[in-house]
Amino acid sequence: MLTQSPLELAIAAILILLATAAIAPVLSRRQNLLISFSFITSAVASLIAVFAGYAAVTGGGVESLVLPIGLPDLPFYLRFDPLSGFFVTIVALLGFMVSIYSIGYVKAFVGHRSVTRLVVFYCLFMAGMLLVLLSDDAYFFMVSWELMAVSSYFLVCFEDDQAQNRRAAFLYLLIAHIGAVLILLSFGLMAGFAKGFENFSGYTFSAMRDSHIPEGWAAVAFFMAFFGFAAKAGVVPLHAWLPEAHPVAPSNVSALMSGVMLKTAVYGIIRVGFDLLHSSDWRWGGVVLIFGLVSAVMGILYALLQNDLKRLLAYSSVENIGIILVCVGLAMIFKSFGMGLLASLALMAGLYHCLNHAMFKGLLFMGAGAVLHATHERNMEGMGGLVHKLKWTAPLFLVGCLSISGLPPFNGFVSEWLTFQSFLLSPALPSPLLNLLIPLGAALVALTGALAARCFIKVYGVTFLGHWRGEHDTVVHEAPWPMRIGMLLAAASCLALGIFPTFVIGWLDIIPETLLAAKISTSASASGWLWLTPVAAERASYSAPIIFIGILVIFATVYLVFHSRTTSVRRAPLWDCGFGKITNRMQYNSTSFSMPTRRIYGFLFNIKETVKYGSNQYLPMLNNRILYHLRVRDRLWQMCYQPFSDASFWLARRVGKLQHGRIQIYLLYSFLTLIVLLVFS
Amino acid sequence: MTKDIYPILIESLQVVTVLVASPLLVGWIRVLKCWSQGRSSAGVFQPFRDISKLFIKETVLAENASWIFRATPYIVFGATVMAGAIIPVISVDLPLSATADIIALVALFAIARFFLALAGMDIGTAFGGMGSSREMMVSSLAEPAMLMSIFTVSLVNSSTSLSQMALVLTSNPIVLRPSLAFALLAFVLIALAENGRIPVDNPATHLELTMIHEAMILEYSGRHLALLEWANMMKLFLFAAIGIACFFPWGIALKDNIGMLPAAFILLAFKLALIGVFIVVAETVLAKMRIFRVPEFLGSAFLFATLGMLSYFILE
Amino acid sequence: MNVSFAAQLNSVLAALILLTAFGLLAQRRIYGLLHIFALQGFFLSVSTAVVGYSAGLHHLYISALLTLTLKVIVLPYILYVLIHRLRIHKEVEEVVNIPTTMLIGIALVIYSYHLTAPIRELSDFITRSTLAVALATVMLGLLMMIIRKKAVTQIIGFLALENGLFFAATSATYGMPLVVELGVALDILIAAFIFGIFFFQIRTTFDTLDLKAMEKLKEEE
Repeated sequence: MLTQSPLELAIAAILILLATAAIAPVLSRRQNLLISFSFITSAVASLIAVFAGYAAVTGGGVESLVLPIGLPDLPFYLRFDPLSGFFVTIVALLGFMVSIYSIGYVKAFVGHRSVTRLVVFYCLFMAGMLLVLLSDDAYFFMVSWELMAVSSYFLVCFEDDQAQNRRAAFLYLLIAHIGAVLILLSFGLMAGFAKGFENFSGYTFSAMRDSHIPEGWAAVAFFMAFFGFAAKAGVVPLHAWLPEAHPVAPSNVSALMSGVMLKTAVYGIIRVGFDLLHSSDWRWGGVVLIFGLVSAVMGILYALLQNDLKRLLAYSSVENIGIILVCVGLAMIFKSFGMGLLASLALMAGLYHCLNHAMFKGLLFMGAGAVLHATHERNMEGMGGLVHKLKWTAPLFLVGCLSISGLPPFNGFVSEWLTFQSFLLSPALPSPLLNLLIPLGAALVALTGALAARCFIKVYGVTFLGHWRGEHDTVVHEAPWPMRIGMLLAAASCLALGIFPTFVIGWLDIIPETLLAAKISTSASASGWLWLTPVAAERASYSAPIIFIGILVIFATVYLVFHSRTTSVRRAPLWDCGFGKITNRMQYNSTSFSMPTRRIYGFLFNIKETVKYGSNQYLPMLNNRILYHLRVRDRLWQMCYQPFSDASFWLARRVGKLQHGRIQIYLLYSFLTLIVLLVFS
Repeated sequence: MTKDIYPILIESLQVVTVLVASPLLVGWIRVLKCWSQGRSSAGVFQPFRDISKLFIKETVLAENASWIFRATPYIVFGATVMAGAIIPVISVDLPLSATADIIALVALFAIARFFLALAGMDIGTAFGGMGSSREMMVSSLAEPAMLMSIFTVSLVNSSTSLSQMALVLTSNPIVLRPSLAFALLAFVLIALAENGRIPVDNPATHLELTMIHEAMILEYSGRHLALLEWANMMKLFLFAAIGIACFFPWGIALKDNIGMLPAAFILLAFKLALIGVFIVVAETVLAKMRIFRVPEFLGSAFLFATLGMLSYFILE
Repeated sequence: MNVSFAAQLNSVLAALILLTAFGLLAQRRIYGLLHIFALQGFFLSVSTAVVGYSAGLHHLYISALLTLTLKVIVLPYILYVLIHRLRIHKEVEEVVNIPTTMLIGIALVIYSYHLTAPIRELSDFITRSTLAVALATVMLGLLMMIIRKKAVTQIIGFLALENGLFFAATSATYGMPLVVELGVALDILIAAFIFGIFFFQIRTTFDTLDLKAMEKLKEEE
């Protein structure tokens, strides 16, 4: 196997995925077999792609290939460099876990609906994402991008019998295409300045890389690409599709969409910003930084106010993409002032967070799928006490919550720490204004981190802890083994990525080296693999292994010391303050937990809170029924989307008047058009 | 041979100091408080008696308490002791001090808080959830201010490692720095909020609607409660130690200087005694504020920290 | 007291003046405002004295003394008497809430730092770095006048603004000529009296000191 080059391996993986998609309809009669076969093959393909990506990053070389297919004069250019390799690794690693998970998860659909479509588009979706990362010309990139977008559209509307799902999928497709148009225009602009525009070779990325674009046009190209990719990544205010599409998609698909599809957009931004366009102004980075900060803070605040588990996770993806963009923006600012080392530190933080987010968000979505599988409920207000019933899912989900909240020794903390370190180095910038402004950004990132912890305490506390909050007792059953294995792998990688950051950074260091000509691994692991020292040991250091082992040792020691004693442990009913029975409606739920947030940050949202007292007719003093109604709306929806949707409806109604249903009138239209055209020719 | 043993020795000395001195600090604060209110006190050793009493007593668990509820005291204790092994209290020459810089230390406290809040939610009472929700509100507001304060301090010392900060401050001539003064002010406010002291939370209350920290641990008893109480005392002590290391490190034992240790101990005791006096004065003068005034309180902490950062660039 | 220590002391005082300027924005109680204002005047006068000492310009001592008597004792006393006589409602009302005001304030400080950057490059006074603080104090005083509703608090904002100007003069050019300073001081004093008279007039006309009532003064459409 190792005789093959990374690119060949990656192509093999993609071919396996495409072949699976082609074979799947044949097996549609035997649904169980179809599921086992196709998800095992896609897991194998993903594993191959993981090796390919890993080898591409480790090897550090650039490999390219021209496939003589596609349109005449427009062959497909493929290229595999460390940056692509890293993102291929992310996609394939999560793809591998999710594919295993899907074997168990998708079987729940058998008997309700045919899963053939899910399987076919799942494979196409995976292949599309890998192709986006491999493509090396604008044309092939857009073809793959569309393959990814369209197949994910069909996955989102898999359960298309509900109008809400169709609406979400349509919104997703719409925003994805607005983004795609912007990306296309940006590529067109860059190709226009590249050599060989006339004979189509200007469309290759290598031609764009070699071209020299004037400063102003470069900015236009960058921002079009940025906003195009931002639409895919769910950057505020282009995030509207994300909280609609992710909850309605099957959970394995949401795991992939949230965990890795958003990362392809980050890949696009890095590819255009650092590789294709050379000139860079610090203001580009500033804009990216600001959009990142806004997405991070708004994303997590929205997440805090949600009661729907998957919707909450979708908003939290907005937050994490924001943090990644903050790092990318910082890297661009450092780069524009020629500070390669700091730029590579910031970029490293961003890339690390990409990997981490794929793992923990994949884990959380898989966990949400397991909860959904167990309770058939997405609303957290109807859950509770699952920790007693889901013996596997509960601890694994906890790992996801700990990681996303940025707590050591899990992986989220490493990237958060690296982000803070790069923020703390911003005083080295020669611009006094930036020196004063960037620390405020760091404070916002800190706020985001703290709110994320708050948010995931709510998620875990309301979903898994306490008593069952639902109206009726439902039979809750643990997820089958393939789902457990998928989550277990993700949880293990969360821990591993958190404990051994020096290895990961050493492995990844080739990417900033090729993009920014500076590497941090020499200083980052200068004091051995145990210590992470991004700049210098005196500056800052962090040792995840020691913290992990230290806490474990203290835990074990204390536990052993106390269990050698013979004090007894007794179970007793809850203390009810002498009032009689405590009911499960008295505990805190999702809405009440987030009340302080609504109160403090309420001005950012459109919140309508109504309390109705249904008074007792005979005893007006006693209000025996209190109805509480809360509605939280996205203020950005009304500001940014409502006018457009109103305008397009208005326009559509005007245009609709042309439609009469009489064939003669339609013929008349055609005839008139023909005459007009003839006049102008 | 002594060279090899020295790091282990100083590290164990440090951990023992943290474990023993933290109940003493709390005892001292209680004694001072009693004096200031004209009551007779139980002595500085009362917290030790409280803890050992709790260790002997039976542990009563709620019927639906899960493994999270049972593991939380150990995790909280573990994370706090780990933090205690990292923060330089008596000497900057601490082998483990490089394990975590101040940002990672804040995160270590965050682990403890995360599990406490989960434990509060676990038993499914209104109090537990209320405590968790409020605790997380306070901490989420404190976090930006804390980072800003760290930012300012790290600007002055160009390091986020506590030992390094203490070293830089002690080895350079004393300079009047408005930025550090602002950062200190912010840090004091944050430390009061994080440790649940007046005016944010009242550690002595069990009055239902004003509790924050106590509400979360209301269902704990016996050895679990003992561990949590002890960890909480250590947290107060460690915040004091962080403050000392960042702002008043003078007197801490320097590298390879065993001779300074006795003096370091005496100075530490002196500084802690002063901090105790400060806390008692503050708690006597101030009243506990309404819960939704806390955002303003922590907002002013953020303002001070930001002013510290600004004045570093503008004035220094 | 050597020069570098004087510079440090001066920057500490500048930081305190900035802090009091923010304190004026955040304070809700009207007597609290007066105390903070007096404190600001005190810091200003000490700072002037320190600059006078370190630059060897003895006329600055007179300015310092003038500031001390006028802004720490006389003006707060006049305002105190005024508030007492008028029986003004003690809670200060503001148009914008306090956290937002603070954020705007921080933005203004950063902006003034940005604005004074070229001057800082040119100057070689020990006080050059405090110029940004002085400008920020002016802007914060103006902000206070904008966001507060009551007339008395606007006066305090105005006086804080004047403090900022005075501080700017000290830090940019080691103070204005003594004659100008005396003139300004006199102006301020007279202004305070005139304001006092106006307040009584406004209150007898509108029965309130809330400036909202002045909205009635426009022509009816």
